[in-house]
Amino acid sequence: MNLSVQEKIENEKEITYVVSGEIDVYTAPKLREKLLPRCQGGTTITIDFTDVEYIDSTGLSVLIGAYKAQGQTGGKLILKGMNARLQRIFRITNLNVIMLNEEKVQEDGRQ
Amino acid sequence: MSGKPLDLVNLTIPAKPDYVGIARLAVSGIANRMGFSYDDIEDLKLAVSEACTNAVDHAYCGGDGEIEVSCNIFSNRLEIEVVDRGNSFNIEEIEKRTGPIEVGPTMNALRERGLGVFLMRSLMDHVDIKGDNGVIVTMTKYIRKGVVESHVKSSTSFTNR
Repeated sequence: MNLSVQEKIENEKEITYVVSGEIDVYTAPKLREKLLPRCQGGTTITIDFTDVEYIDSTGLSVLIGAYKAQGQTGGKLILKGMNARLQRIFRITNLNVIMLNEEKVQEDGRQ
Repeated sequence: MSGKPLDLVNLTIPAKPDYVGIARLAVSGIANRMGFSYDDIEDLKLAVSEACTNAVDHAYCGGDGEIEVSCNIFSNRLEIEVVDRGNSFNIEEIEKRTGPIEVGPTMNALRERGLGVFLMRSLMDHVDIKGDNGVIVTMTKYIRKGVVESHVKSSTSFTNR
């Protein structure tokens, strides 16, 4: 039930975060603290979710906050490596359309 | 929901972020033993976390209350009650601003909150929220027979790795 957030600064404008573990109400503040200060000055931020097993609404709210901040300052937020569970949560909430540029599909809550 | 449960598992946790994962683990273990599919267990974990997170966030505002999680085990379903005795929030207000993210409005209008209750309702078969001297969330999920384990075939990624 822990989260590790590894920050890789490629250069001033490109930062990658490799996140692993579970993103919930306990661990989300850690992600927010690392991520949000970087969401300025037109940076491109990539978050690698390959090793994230779990995300809930508190984690989603961090990502929405980062997405908004990036949009306001001319930056980009790229989310990659999500497993089927995370993709499902994004589909149910419509975040896939907004943050992953996917088509809107009808989701009945079941896979 | 009628009938008497076969078994009852009660868990009391401090209403602090640190312990929400414990409720999630307990529910996961119970659901696994009952024969829920992988996906349904993940749904249950998320739903119970959302209920506990609401209690931590709204009900006690960082105080030192407790959350009671009761798992009523029936032969065909799991009924979970999440109870706090903190400030009950205005349920109608919560219901009004819950729902999926609206596609279309400007980015600044994107909500960062209000997804928790919506997720609970999407992932469980039945959710009931009552507020009076705290909040009682009752949620039920039925065991679906013959569900193919769908997670195995769909471990894809959005980008080429």
